[in-house]
Amino acid sequence: MASSAYIPDVKGDDEDAVVHSAAVRITHWINMISFIGLLVSGIAILLVHPRLYWGETGSVETGSLIDLPLPFVLKGQNGWGRSLHFLSAWFSVVNGLVYVASGLVTRHFGRNLLPARADLTWSSVTAFVSELRMRREAKDALAYNVHQRLAYAGVIFVLFPVLIWSGFAMSPALTSVFPVLVNLPGGQQSARTIHFFVASALVLFLVGHVGMVWLTGFTKQLRAMITGRGTRGRERG
Amino acid sequence: MSDYSRRRIITAGLSTVAGAAGLAVAARLASRYGLMPPDSGGVYGIGESLTYATQRLVMAQGSAAREFERSRISAKPHVNYPAGPPRDEEFGRLRAGQFAEWRLIVDGLVERPGAHSVAGLKGMPRATQITHQACEEGWSYIAEWSGVRLSHLLQLAGVKPQARYVVYYSHQPHWWDSIDMAEALHPQTLIAYEMNGEDLPEPHGAPLRMKVPRQLGYKNVKHLVRLTVTDSLKNVGNGLGSSAPSVGFAWYAGI
Repeated sequence: MASSAYIPDVKGDDEDAVVHSAAVRITHWINMISFIGLLVSGIAILLVHPRLYWGETGSVETGSLIDLPLPFVLKGQNGWGRSLHFLSAWFSVVNGLVYVASGLVTRHFGRNLLPARADLTWSSVTAFVSELRMRREAKDALAYNVHQRLAYAGVIFVLFPVLIWSGFAMSPALTSVFPVLVNLPGGQQSARTIHFFVASALVLFLVGHVGMVWLTGFTKQLRAMITGRGTRGRERG
Repeated sequence: MSDYSRRRIITAGLSTVAGAAGLAVAARLASRYGLMPPDSGGVYGIGESLTYATQRLVMAQGSAAREFERSRISAKPHVNYPAGPPRDEEFGRLRAGQFAEWRLIVDGLVERPGAHSVAGLKGMPRATQITHQACEEGWSYIAEWSGVRLSHLLQLAGVKPQARYVVYYSHQPHWWDSIDMAEALHPQTLIAYEMNGEDLPEPHGAPLRMKVPRQLGYKNVKHLVRLTVTDSLKNVGNGLGSSAPSVGFAWYAGI
């Protein structure tokens, strides 16, 4: 099966295995709180001007890339939105740096998140599709399988960095020091649009993430992410 | 309790204390080097202070807002004018006289306080820029702005060494803002009197407007009448450095 390439760091009996390190657990919950702050404030900011443009400029007088089917309801109220967004972003970024640093030190990424080269094959994709159909994947989970690894690694090493970069690209102060931040995507409005779509992708991931936690036993998973202890592999047939 | 868990508790306690002490020291240091914004209080103040201090450090070696080719100028610069034009009699009189009587007062911590007419400003060295102006709300445009550098006016007035901020006021009551000296002395910070090659249109702030291209649009106060150099913002208006924080906007808008 697809996850055969991973040797789990479970010692002895599975009953009381440490499935999440303290660093992972603490940064996970701080990240959750700051993500909620970012999401709520991001929606508030969007509802001031729910129109997206491409290039450098755009306003109600110009054409748009997309007119989101949302009202301009929060006009004049985005001050708190931005303040909350930046406060949450600071927590998220500092927390993320701690997470990445600890992940490098403990080799968490290599062991638990990066897919093995042998698994990045077409047959593993087809195997995943067939396993999904049978919904056996969750029960077989001894370590993260290749698809979970791809999803988590994509979020951590692709989506979050692009989100942060596109946020920086909207700052006239930061782009005065590093113009390449905003010139690369072709303008400040392009960066804003990229920021929106990457944030939307993260929300989709969140829905999938919570959905999978639900399917594999919400209480059990929650307990594992709080206490670190889990019964990884118990259901193995 | 095992030695192992006691050690963990001690370690956690020590790191918490060290972290808190480190933050307190950082705040003291930031304050000493002018890296704390006037609206640093409250929960949101944490984010505002971190952003302001970090960006000031990142920009310490000098930086310039991007400038564009003339072909990039927006055909329809959006007018953000929620309060509408000034309706008072005095403004009507000044407008009728083509703003010949308009005066820009320079006072506060300067050796030579004074007042400038628009014609007087136009006689000074002229600076032109084609820059991007983005609103906090999300829209933006590119326009050409001409005017006199704020640094030139400050040099003429002779800024005293203890100066830390320049406060600027609109003719419209309750509309004022301020910037730190780093922004005030920046060569792209202008007292603009022209936009896209013409006298500043009224909805864009005739006859004079502040132009701070390294920050968001709302720092660019319209219908400018007064500049006050100060060492502290505590006793200016609401003490938050701008009329913007009282409606929820941050003082620092480099974002």
